[in-house]
Amino acid sequence: MADPMRIRAALAGDTTTVRVLMSHPMTTGKDAHFITDLEATHNGKTVLKGMFSGAVSQNPFLSFQFKGAAKGDKVSVKWVDNKGDTRTDEVAIA
Amino acid sequence: MKATRRQAIKTTGAMATLVSLGLVTQSQAQAAVDRASFDVKTMADALKAIGGTPATSDQISVVSPDIAENGAVVPVGASSKLADTTEIYLLVEKNPTPLAAGFVLPAGTVADVQTRLKMGQSTNVIAVVKAGGKLYSASKETKVTLGGCGG
Repeated sequence: MADPMRIRAALAGDTTTVRVLMSHPMTTGKDAHFITDLEATHNGKTVLKGMFSGAVSQNPFLSFQFKGAAKGDKVSVKWVDNKGDTRTDEVAIA
Repeated sequence: MKATRRQAIKTTGAMATLVSLGLVTQSQAQAAVDRASFDVKTMADALKAIGGTPATSDQISVVSPDIAENGAVVPVGASSKLADTTEIYLLVEKNPTPLAAGFVLPAGTVADVQTRLKMGQSTNVIAVVKAGGKLYSASKETKVTLGGCGG
């Protein structure tokens, strides 16, 4: 099981900024091991879908923004890698 | 000549990945582009995989440094002021597989994403955006002092 992600979600005005730091080797080549898909949800609704290749840096960082959330709402991020490993973490919007 | 050797190793590796990913790709086809799009070797093929040749637009900003000291970790992002932006792709022209990342933005999500990418050498970074069903792009050149494709 991979290490937990570090997620921060902060509301400013009507926009929530989410910053995610995943813990993953992101290797390419013969021993390729990288995150292929990720999905962020807010109260169960998808706010971002991402597809990564091995060209994304080790311990991937991702930042995005969405509208329509309130403080205390839950933001959840899930990733899946090319070996089928997966990890989901959740944070409350501050 | 070192670069050529690396390239060869990467190419064979990528093919192996493509094969081993066969089943995974099938089950994850809900995203906007096929997983195979991430394994194509040229910009032309990558653009084809996304859906065609984009029109250049000054409404898109590519965030990438002028000079990256470490090609293994380059902060790259893109934002779009185009209405109804639904997808954002980040491409690194001179990487062995140019398509680095893709994002699908549902309504309510701001067209502004940032991440960190690897770059093997100095290259153009291209953001392709799908807005209102059409493709637009913008690019920025980043000079890489130390290549980062060894990982």
